[in-house]
Amino acid sequence: MSAVAQLKQTALADRLAVLESPAGGAWANEARADARARLEAMGLPAPRDEYWRFTRPASLNAPVPVPAAIFDHGCEAPVFGAVDRLTIVFVDGVFDPDQSDPLEMAGIEIERLADAAGKDIHWVRELYGKLEARGQAPVERPFAALNTAFAADGVVIRVTGPAEKPVNLVYRHENENSDAMLHHVVKLEAGADLTLLENGPAAARFNKVLEVEVADGAAFHHVRTQGRDHERQAVTHVFARLGAESIFKSFTLTVNGRLTRNECVVEMKGDNAVAHIAGAAMGDGSDDAFHHDDTVFVTHDAENCESRQVFKKVLRNGAVGAFQGKILVKPGAQKTDGYQKSQSLLLDDDSTFLAKPELEIYADDVACSHGSTSGAIDEEAMFYLRSRGVPELIATDLLVLAFLADAIAEIENPAIADDITGRLDAWLQRRRS
Amino acid sequence: MARNDDVIVKEGVEQETVDAVRTLGDKYKYGWETEIEEERAPKGLSEDIVRLISAKNEEPDWMLELRLAAYQRWLQMKEPDWAMVEYPEIDFQDQYYYARPKSMAEKPKSLDEVDPKLLATYEKLGIPLKEQMILAGVEGADEVPADGANSERKVAVDAVFDSVSVGTTFKKELAEAGVIFCSISEAIREHPELVKKYLFSVVPQSDNFYATLNSAVFSDGSFVYIPEGVRCPMELSTYFRINAENTGQFERTLIIADKGSYVSYLEGCTAPQRDKAQLHAAVVEIVILEDAEVKYSTVQNWFPGDENGKGGIYNFVTKRADCRGDRSKVMWTQVETGSAVTWKYPSCVLRGDDSQGEFYSIAITNNYQQADTGTKMTHLGKNTKSRIVSKGISAGKAQNTYRGLVSMHPRAKNSRNYTQCDSLLIGDQCGAHTVPYIEVKNNSSRVEHEATTSKVDDEQMFYCRQRGMDEEEAVALIVNGFAREVLQALPMEFAMEAQQLVAISLEGSVG
Repeated sequence: MSAVAQLKQTALADRLAVLESPAGGAWANEARADARARLEAMGLPAPRDEYWRFTRPASLNAPVPVPAAIFDHGCEAPVFGAVDRLTIVFVDGVFDPDQSDPLEMAGIEIERLADAAGKDIHWVRELYGKLEARGQAPVERPFAALNTAFAADGVVIRVTGPAEKPVNLVYRHENENSDAMLHHVVKLEAGADLTLLENGPAAARFNKVLEVEVADGAAFHHVRTQGRDHERQAVTHVFARLGAESIFKSFTLTVNGRLTRNECVVEMKGDNAVAHIAGAAMGDGSDDAFHHDDTVFVTHDAENCESRQVFKKVLRNGAVGAFQGKILVKPGAQKTDGYQKSQSLLLDDDSTFLAKPELEIYADDVACSHGSTSGAIDEEAMFYLRSRGVPELIATDLLVLAFLADAIAEIENPAIADDITGRLDAWLQRRRS
Repeated sequence: MARNDDVIVKEGVEQETVDAVRTLGDKYKYGWETEIEEERAPKGLSEDIVRLISAKNEEPDWMLELRLAAYQRWLQMKEPDWAMVEYPEIDFQDQYYYARPKSMAEKPKSLDEVDPKLLATYEKLGIPLKEQMILAGVEGADEVPADGANSERKVAVDAVFDSVSVGTTFKKELAEAGVIFCSISEAIREHPELVKKYLFSVVPQSDNFYATLNSAVFSDGSFVYIPEGVRCPMELSTYFRINAENTGQFERTLIIADKGSYVSYLEGCTAPQRDKAQLHAAVVEIVILEDAEVKYSTVQNWFPGDENGKGGIYNFVTKRADCRGDRSKVMWTQVETGSAVTWKYPSCVLRGDDSQGEFYSIAITNNYQQADTGTKMTHLGKNTKSRIVSKGISAGKAQNTYRGLVSMHPRAKNSRNYTQCDSLLIGDQCGAHTVPYIEVKNNSSRVEHEATTSKVDDEQMFYCRQRGMDEEEAVALIVNGFAREVLQALPMEFAMEAQQLVAISLEGSVG
């Protein structure tokens, strides 16, 4: 065994020693055992792993998480508070029925994973861990396999028609030492439509997997915010498989957080599908380290599909922002339109931007491109605002908001987009005062 | 000859383009072999072979020690597997590491003493080793309109045949200007102080697997020293020819541009057509001091293997320029059309303040060729600038990858990088890939990266359209201008050869 493989196995053994497999029915036991076998074959990420080039996995590997102080939001209204929605609350990774709405809504079936896993026959067996397993090649994602094997809670949602209102998963963090894993599965039947909202820090360390099957003609909208908690750490995965003419849109706002690694793995299997993945991150490295990593892998395996990756990062005081994006166009995926944009605004000299926007193309009639820029605030724009009497700090914030607008524009629901913009504005204002 | 007639070509790619690329794969006009008696070292690699190469080159002990250290280090290293190339495992013991024409056993004192067979070989390649003749490198060089400048143009050539340098032209004239241009084996003997100071200083002995192998077994190569303030009176050129079967070529080139000097350096290479793949692992080190400038141009035309992917050269090359002095400048230009497998990343270390690095590349792969090539721009000094322009064209069943790194260190304030990589696929069975790494560690630097397979810059497009051009016209103008930019970066002699090799219209890249 090579030295790196040895490190990976040692890290895994240390981690497994403190984990317990949740009890479940036949299908769940099988899916979890399969995931564990996958995990044991790969081990946990090692420092020399190419896929972890920009982010150190050590604190995510550690058997016990670094404690994270509970963040005081004061009297601020909760995110998505103004949206009519069905709320499902998890406290430190455990479903809380008292704070949640009843799991009932027209057009969808919702069930707690812990309940679904106990049954011997369930529709979710077709998907649980299956999309994650497909996403393990050509690049390994050990934390996702770890999640499939050990997550005890989450929700499973089947959408049969247009959902009445959005479903909001709220993650509360109340224990400074919590180490949470949640695994959600969403299945959109042909022609169905769902908006899924997620917000909250969840735990001191949070490992989340979301598997989404979007059938032909269905639409899935996903908007999440990853709190302002400074100390939390998170590693999240979205695995999506898209049918013909389906739509998948995912937007993530990240503000603060010691370490965040968001992976999004999208497989376009039906013709004419659309996938947009966007992210806006704003990080301040001064209170604690801010390290944000967006890792995206889009596979075009059908004709005439469109994919967009738009990632914007505003970094200051030693913050680190990373982007690893890939478009893989398989042979035969003609008329593919793929685009990646990764940009960062460095507000001071200490911050770091790392990017690897990758294209791998095996079809000739395609339009694939990527653009990446990095730099300070445009001096001309700043001069323009200053010359019109806008104080420097306000001008900076205006330019920051303008910079992030491209990513926020990927949110289809205008009320939610406005909520996100308003909140960013308020947070920036508070920073100034 | 079998053609890829089963390949479906996308609409909009011009037939001329397709034919031009096919011609490249069909006919390799340098595929002949010179029948010449050669002496070889025994097959395989061992410490004894390293000692033998050193002895053949009549090297001092210090050089042998460096080689042996590199060899020991190489034994510990693993062949890199991260590039997007696939080839059967190389048996490093099934190669010859040293081959030289028997007639070269006694070093010829001048070109007149060189074996006529060797001279004829280079003549046939279009590289006359007679002085007073310009480097053709290209057929039709004579037809260049004699506007005065061209007819006077001279190029000094160092010709490397398998493991040895067979001759260097214009040595006397260059010496008068203070320029040293000779084979590296001669430099190790004649100019040990320069070699000791600079060899391995840019590409260390154990830099990477292939560079380390090269450090142990390099047999020859070129050495250039341009003294302070000297503008090299003519272009310098090295022509590499692999002739012997089963023999690897490992040359090492060291170029030193002292303060305020300038040199333009050309490199060409070909090999006979053979069924069995051959290894070429070269290293080029360039040291550029204050205010100096080096242009390094390559037309790489090693045998690419036949249309069924049989044979060809494995080209695993490490090239690096160290812009050590303030305001120093380097420009890499490469036209890569040959080799079965290419693994090559000419890099710039921008150490001096205000130093500049440029990389222009056209890489064409056809049939079963695979290329993984690009550059590294490491910005260390303040106000450093770099520019990367890369065009990859993939046809047949070939795979073409751009791989690059742009790194802005915290100290590299106010630096600037611009990267543009375009790929064109001809046919539906090939691949084109882009793997750029961007690392920015200060905010006064600007880094811009664009990569496309078909899109032209929207702003340029808008500008042209605004002035009344239709879309196709506008695209043709922008893309044409862009391709010319890369070709024009080459010195005249090479530009002609390159144009002949490329001979490809890029309009089809816009669908």
